[in-house]
Amino acid sequence: MADAPKPAAPSASGRASTKKELPEHFRAYKHVWVAVEIEHGAVHPVSFELLGEGRKLADKRGVELAAVVMGDARADLDVAATHCFEYGADVVYIAQDPALAHYRNETACDVLTHLVNTYKPEILLLGATNLGRDLAGAVATTLQTGLTADCTELAIDEEGSLAATRPTFGGSLLCTIFTLNYRPQMATVRPRVLPMPPRQEGRGGRIITYSPAIDETRVITKVLDFIADRDSDKAQLPYADIVVAGGLGLRSAENFQLVKALADVLGGEYGGSRPLVQKGWITADRQIGQTGKTIRPRLYIAAGISGAIQHRVGVEGADVIVAINTDPQAPIFDFAHLGIVADAVTLLPALTEAFAARLRVNRLAS
Amino acid sequence: MTDPLHIVVCIKQVPDSAQIRVHPVTNTIMRQGVPTIINPYDLFALEEALRLRDRLGGVVTVLCMGPMTAEDSLRKALTFGADRAVLLSDRYFAGSDTLATSYALAMALAQIGREFGPPQIIFTGKQTIDGDTAQVGPGIARRLGFNQLTYISRIREVDPAGGRICVERRAEGGVQVLETRLPVLITMLEATNEMRRGAIETALAAARAQVTVWNAASVGIEDLTKCGLRGSPTIVKKVFAPGARAEKAAQIALGDTPEATAHAAIEAIFARLPGLEAQLFETAAASC
Repeated sequence: MADAPKPAAPSASGRASTKKELPEHFRAYKHVWVAVEIEHGAVHPVSFELLGEGRKLADKRGVELAAVVMGDARADLDVAATHCFEYGADVVYIAQDPALAHYRNETACDVLTHLVNTYKPEILLLGATNLGRDLAGAVATTLQTGLTADCTELAIDEEGSLAATRPTFGGSLLCTIFTLNYRPQMATVRPRVLPMPPRQEGRGGRIITYSPAIDETRVITKVLDFIADRDSDKAQLPYADIVVAGGLGLRSAENFQLVKALADVLGGEYGGSRPLVQKGWITADRQIGQTGKTIRPRLYIAAGISGAIQHRVGVEGADVIVAINTDPQAPIFDFAHLGIVADAVTLLPALTEAFAARLRVNRLAS
Repeated sequence: MTDPLHIVVCIKQVPDSAQIRVHPVTNTIMRQGVPTIINPYDLFALEEALRLRDRLGGVVTVLCMGPMTAEDSLRKALTFGADRAVLLSDRYFAGSDTLATSYALAMALAQIGREFGPPQIIFTGKQTIDGDTAQVGPGIARRLGFNQLTYISRIREVDPAGGRICVERRAEGGVQVLETRLPVLITMLEATNEMRRGAIETALAAARAQVTVWNAASVGIEDLTKCGLRGSPTIVKKVFAPGARAEKAAQIALGDTPEATAHAAIEAIFARLPGLEAQLFETAAASC
């Protein structure tokens, strides 16, 4: 879906396809697929999260759940397939070729498009990562079907259509989007939006191998190098257990240090709302919310953040949300578990000191 | 001799999202008085295009699909230094999803190629701030058969004569160094450059410059069912605001001092998360 949708009155030209009239040739499309993301031999956790959700959709439709893995080393692919079974897949399609050693749009798009055209899934899910979005956009255009980005909720409606909910209008509202008359129905979901499903060790399934026999000399794009990030550069927000974040209520970049100090004492990660990135107080990889990182920590402390929908959808998976805001009417108090109507600039240092003192007491006691 | 480098930058005019308000009763967007801006992510694409042109010579064309008022954004792009501006505007494009949008833009890009020379590089921002899909760039690349380079953090080298380009692409856990053949579509990562201030002379020239305006027919679109709502596989069925949680946040009463409030907050947090205190202690012990 694109551009600020207009749900209001039908246009003069008519909305030809708002009713479900699935063309005959799409009726054979069945089963739910997850395109698995593998980089450097390892499966990205978002793929398992998608399998967990895909399992529910497949059960509701009474169809199979399949995973697609691509790569060059059979051993890695077999390990990935085993994990996919353990997280819920009934079938794993393994596409193996030396040309698939590293992700490239060109090769991955051809392989995935071929598999979809051959086996005809009705739903195709991908992670909303850089890789997943790069691939999904190309595949959906090639297949001429609908793609809904960054969904926060997936469901099957009474007619068996995928209902994909996502924020819209810059994250100020949510909308539910359908691809009624095209197949497959495609959607991407960001890491951590969905919970990690339980792993069922020993669970197995069928493997279908596809050898695309790619002629490398005909592949135009070459991967010359991969420069791995230094660990210290990386914000580990999505999978952090404790996250402290700040918003415009902190009033200045200097005051943002108070957020870092609290995160430091708690051994957690720090981040901020979208306006802070625009102001240059934090880097984009520390942005929390719809267009930044989605988090699911045990504890999330939001300091001076009003709680717009675009932020809300990125943090709702937290076990406990603590909100500090001077405005008792701020929307963040609608979804926080604990609220403190106070100035974060005053309260944060007190919280940092109180946590530090508590840990010191514990250390003495042990 | 090869033709001079032709770069097209696709931009979108968007509402300044910081100022969007939702009507509390009707749940509709209150558009009145909301200023529009060039999608901020597109500025990184535009600046990168201008830098390439300044270094290698050539021409930068900016293309925008939108209502007639989107001419403002094109004129703004001209003040930054773009050489030519094209507005693609037609009521048949209203309600386009990303598939229909990439169709219209690809048709316009082909028309640009016919009228002004084929582009070797098309730039877009990594996504827009209103749609946030990041799908239109890949859609255009696929339709035109351009090599797709998304999330580019740095352009290492462009060799227009040899028809090659080498870039750095932001990937999971690191940066991919990719080499490919022109023509390419690049979606530029944010914070990779800083938009220049347009020179006074450029701004004056921009004010007088002609913006080319095309509709569906002028770019050769004959099948209008590929446009707008009818050309969009996705259908928005419902727009809504999420409700508050059943239970509102439990408010922690303010103490006489920030310290007292902090202590009350910590007790409340530990009460909700049994085991957290032990976990914190272990983490702290492990790190000293």
